[in-house]
Amino acid sequence: MNTATLDAEAVYAALRDSIAAAMAAQPVRRPYLIGIHSGGAWIAERLHRDLAVSTPLGTLSSAFHRDDYGRRGLPAQMKATDLPFEIKGADIILVDDILFTGRTVRAALNELFDYGRPARVELAVLLDRGGRELPIEAAYCGAAHPLGPDHNFVLSRTADGRFSLRIE
Amino acid sequence: MRHPQLNANGELQHLITIEGLPRDMIVHILDTAASFVGVSDREVKKVPLLRGKSVFNLFFENSTRTRTTFEIAAKRLSADVLNLNISTSSTAKGESLLDTIDNLSAMHADMFVVRHGASGAPYLIADHIDRTRGPHVHVINAGDGRHAHPTQGLLDMYTIRHHKKDFTQLRVAIVGDILHSRVARSDIHALTTLGVPEVRAIAPYTLLPTGLDQMGVRVFTDMREGLRDVDVVMMLRLQSERMGGALLPSAQEFFKHYGLTQDKLALARPDAIVMHPGPLNRGVEIDSAVADGTQSVILEQVTFGIAVRMAVMSILAAN
Repeated sequence: MNTATLDAEAVYAALRDSIAAAMAAQPVRRPYLIGIHSGGAWIAERLHRDLAVSTPLGTLSSAFHRDDYGRRGLPAQMKATDLPFEIKGADIILVDDILFTGRTVRAALNELFDYGRPARVELAVLLDRGGRELPIEAAYCGAAHPLGPDHNFVLSRTADGRFSLRIE
Repeated sequence: MRHPQLNANGELQHLITIEGLPRDMIVHILDTAASFVGVSDREVKKVPLLRGKSVFNLFFENSTRTRTTFEIAAKRLSADVLNLNISTSSTAKGESLLDTIDNLSAMHADMFVVRHGASGAPYLIADHIDRTRGPHVHVINAGDGRHAHPTQGLLDMYTIRHHKKDFTQLRVAIVGDILHSRVARSDIHALTTLGVPEVRAIAPYTLLPTGLDQMGVRVFTDMREGLRDVDVVMMLRLQSERMGGALLPSAQEFFKHYGLTQDKLALARPDAIVMHPGPLNRGVEIDSAVADGTQSVILEQVTFGIAVRMAVMSILAAN
């Protein structure tokens, strides 16, 4: 088993700064952050606080729209989608931790559209590991770090809210 | 021996009864149901989990509420739903139960929702399908004779958990026609599995089955005594259509002794909830003032029933 670690805090800081720069360049935008359960929800929660975003924070579950539902079923501890604002016409930044095949993001977009028609959706990810199987790319990305299909990045969050990443 | 409703991996293949289901499996169904409650509030009131699947509602006994909520649940999961009114179809022309099933299976049914007057009929169908069709076709018992009504038991547990949070401190009374009630049996198995320390049965001797004490139930024939300090009152419908012979002097006499009135409900805890699986016989087992009162959660049971049936269908379809 190949075990390595990445400086998750540095990667997170790069993601945060790239979103901050884009927001500074477009001051009229008031985007809503929506994190995909569970890792993406952690990242979105931290971004929401660190960037002092004034719009409410949303969380989203991709479970109902996954294309591997027939094989995996629903997760045992499923967290529900919570979008405490109007999706119709909203400017949205969808946040996930690791971008791999793109299937989770596809499922998340379907879930999002069940709540209405947003004006715009951008994708922000902590880490892009390559290996895409769908035409999905991130607008904001903390770092690109290609990883073979036999390994996985695992994101953890400590009690004080700091991130760590390891490869399994 | 493995439970006949579980597959070789110990997962739920069919839902025939709550009896023998592990606690974790019941909790998983309730948790899954919680994630479906919000689907009815979305702009698109559908999720695609059963897209492309065919669900056959086979009701050999009449039902409006249960059949409708199963139909809505299947449609919210994007399944194609076929409702077969058996009393006007082939069975009435003499076709056997398993021949009917074989013919519907040949139409590529993925799931059967079965209600039947004979206890054990859904099990017979499930066993037959396992042998003829393999593990990809599922059977849900929507009520069989006096045996079981597992999705009603589960939606009752969902409703209790919604209001009371913790099962392990509760006193629950089940009142009325327990002898003929598959709902009561499913509720008793679910309540004891979830750790309810005190389950009471309140009924006249003529409407009590034998063996309740082996199921861990305290029996009361005096309703006032039995309702004292309970947290949940589960009323049952007086099933006059299943009664042969003189079990009761009259409906009026039954109401006098076992009908739930405000005055009797006052003996329960002040925050007690009142449940009923429907349909209501107002003035027979429950007074209108109670059925429509602030402690009644009867219509919530119906709403939660949709989410619970979505949970059961989606869990079965993935196994």
